Amino acid sequence: MSLAKPLMRGLLAKRLRFHLPIAFGLAFAAAVAFKYTVTEPRKRAYADFYKQYDAVKEFNAMREAGVFQSVRPSGE
Amino acid sequence: MLRQAAGHMRGLLARRASVAVTSTAVRMASQGHEVSETVDMSRPMYYDRADVPLPDKPYKDLLTDADKSLKQKEKGPWTQLSKEEKIALYRLMFCQTYPEMKQKTSEWKTVLGGIFIFLGFTGLVVWWQRIYVYPPLPKTFEGDSQAMQLKRMLDMRVNPVQGFAAKWDYEKGQWK
Repeated sequence: MSLAKPLMRGLLAKRLRFHLPIAFGLAFAAAVAFKYTVTEPRKRAYADFYKQYDAVKEFNAMREAGVFQSVRPSGE
Repeated sequence: MLRQAAGHMRGLLARRASVAVTSTAVRMASQGHEVSETVDMSRPMYYDRADVPLPDKPYKDLLTDADKSLKQKEKGPWTQLSKEEKIALYRLMFCQTYPEMKQKTSEWKTVLGGIFIFLGFTGLVVWWQRIYVYPPLPKTFEGDSQAMQLKRMLDMRVNPVQGFAAKWDYEKGQWK
């Protein structure tokens, strides 16, 4: 009934050697996924929006709708 | 000395302290009727804990003569002990084995049931409050007022790139 002596040392090191690469890999993968699903579409959306953006036209539309306090709609 | 103090702390924190009844005597009250056993917690206690493997004292303190002779035999080579004797020695030192300690209980059912009971009761309390305590909603929550607020948000071009006003088609006057 003699069992083998159990592992007494290096238990944390063994666990880290296994789990740390996985942790770093998953974190890196999460960052890459976020970049290509969120930040790149967002950058493209902003670029496209401002390509066709006429600030004066938008301002006049907002002014006519009456949302400003400094300028009233042109009719008044 | 310090180890004794540390042991006392662990004994105090022991949740499942299996009280070693063997060494304390029943105290008699002055009227003559028995009171329940009191445990002297200032002395080393026995406890079954999965995270602290070796308790401060053996389980059985008062050994019968058979136990004492077994303990004498333990001082010699262990290869001469039979399997039953080894198990008997274990049971002298410890009350439960690790598998016995780690037996699953049905405690989770009680816990979950209690959670649901109190959540349900809280729901009833909130319902009563909704009827008898809350003041009336402001006028701005009504449909016409909501429509005016929505129109103003669109006029202000709230989040025009990816958010709210981006989803409104300003030429056609409808949602995209």
